[in-house]
Amino acid sequence: MTGSTTTDLPLFPFFNTASPFAPLTEADRATIDDPLTPVQLPTGQRAWLVTRHADVRQVLRHPGFSADFGRPNFPMLRAVSLGSDEDRQGGFIRMDGEEHSRLRRMLTAEFMIKNIRRIEPLIQETVDRALDDMYDAGPPADLVHSFALPVPSMVICHLLGVPYQDHGFFQARSHTLLDQSASAESVATAAQELRDYLRSLIEAKQRSTVDSEDLLSRLVNERVRTGELTVGELVGMALLLLIAGHETTANMIGLSTLLLLQHPGHLAALRADPTLAPGLVEELLRYLTIVRSGLPRLATEDIEVGGHLVRAGEGVIALLSLANRDDAVFGDPEDFVLDRQAHQHIAFGFGVHQCIGQPLARAELRIALVELARRFPDLRANAALADIPGRTTSVVYGLTELPVTW
Amino acid sequence: MSGGQPVRITVDRDRCCGSGNCVVTVPEVFDQDDAEGLVVLHQPEPPPEYADRLREAVDLCPAGAIRLDE
Repeated sequence: MTGSTTTDLPLFPFFNTASPFAPLTEADRATIDDPLTPVQLPTGQRAWLVTRHADVRQVLRHPGFSADFGRPNFPMLRAVSLGSDEDRQGGFIRMDGEEHSRLRRMLTAEFMIKNIRRIEPLIQETVDRALDDMYDAGPPADLVHSFALPVPSMVICHLLGVPYQDHGFFQARSHTLLDQSASAESVATAAQELRDYLRSLIEAKQRSTVDSEDLLSRLVNERVRTGELTVGELVGMALLLLIAGHETTANMIGLSTLLLLQHPGHLAALRADPTLAPGLVEELLRYLTIVRSGLPRLATEDIEVGGHLVRAGEGVIALLSLANRDDAVFGDPEDFVLDRQAHQHIAFGFGVHQCIGQPLARAELRIALVELARRFPDLRANAALADIPGRTTSVVYGLTELPVTW
Repeated sequence: MSGGQPVRITVDRDRCCGSGNCVVTVPEVFDQDDAEGLVVLHQPEPPPEYADRLREAVDLCPAGAIRLDE
């Protein structure tokens, strides 16, 4: 794959212009040649696209595939500057081995199921309040801005100890960071502004004499003061949690609502029996898989994937969205099935980088959808499907707005 | 099914990434500690009727940190 000058390979990432519910267009899908498809990235680099469920799991679990963007030849999904070493501190999703686990382990307990159960009343209260406000303002509404975005954003702000009143500032910048069509300069500026914002917040927590229970305050007291963690690392970790904490779940809530509105029978079933919610959430995660441009990795040794040898130094892209539609694992994968046992989906990724916030995301989705179904039995989309705008160029797919009425 | 044969579970806390999939799948057997959120084994030799769910826990573990001997 290296050294060739041909440019007739499919260009990746594919931008989602098909429908909100199709991971890619028929034309893009036709270019995929299982098990591995060579593609060309915006940086001019080549990479192998990996699309089968078993192969994607193997790539993401194999220690010979690195997630470290700083390595030479790492396959980049867009041409952006990596930033300085200092800028990259704390961003543990882009680290390997001990470096990664040292930071991740400072957060694992925070997001584990039994701790998320303790904050379910907070999630419920946040959902109730947002739905009260949407109801009181009366139809029509934009469900993304009235409900899908504020709920996870308020919850992650509360957990981290970030003032929600600053949401306009950090939501605009996180939107730019995730936009694959944004210029390298605007991405760098947005990242710097977010880091500066979080650094001042963390420094204020360092100066504070009040004992605060939020996660950033506790990390300051328990890890920074003890010398286990630098402020720069905590800034990077906070950036990651703030973006991941509101963008992903927000987009899942909006997109899930639209999909359920297309399947009124499923929505009625959920309304009649909220115990269906956990299973339904897994199927929504599988079917919608919002990280649609996949997860890039660099082979650090020769590794056989799907019967094909990937050489050390070559890049691969693990395409979660197609793996979640693999008919070797999911029967009739293109169908959205209410009671499918979809728990083998890999919408949260796989391997040691698998989403640390998945119990939080599941709880937010479950509570949000159950409550929405219960309190808005006459909810319907207030625009034709084709007119509902999608985030076609974002790393995290979703709807930019969802006009609804009731 | 394992036909009543005993099963034995071993976990590798060094590999564990605290995803909690095992706790969701077989809460009778797996837990996470409060300090690091890493896997804790309640029962190293669980009853054989758990075998199907244990196999699922092994399969779903993103870090490959669970081993099942049947």
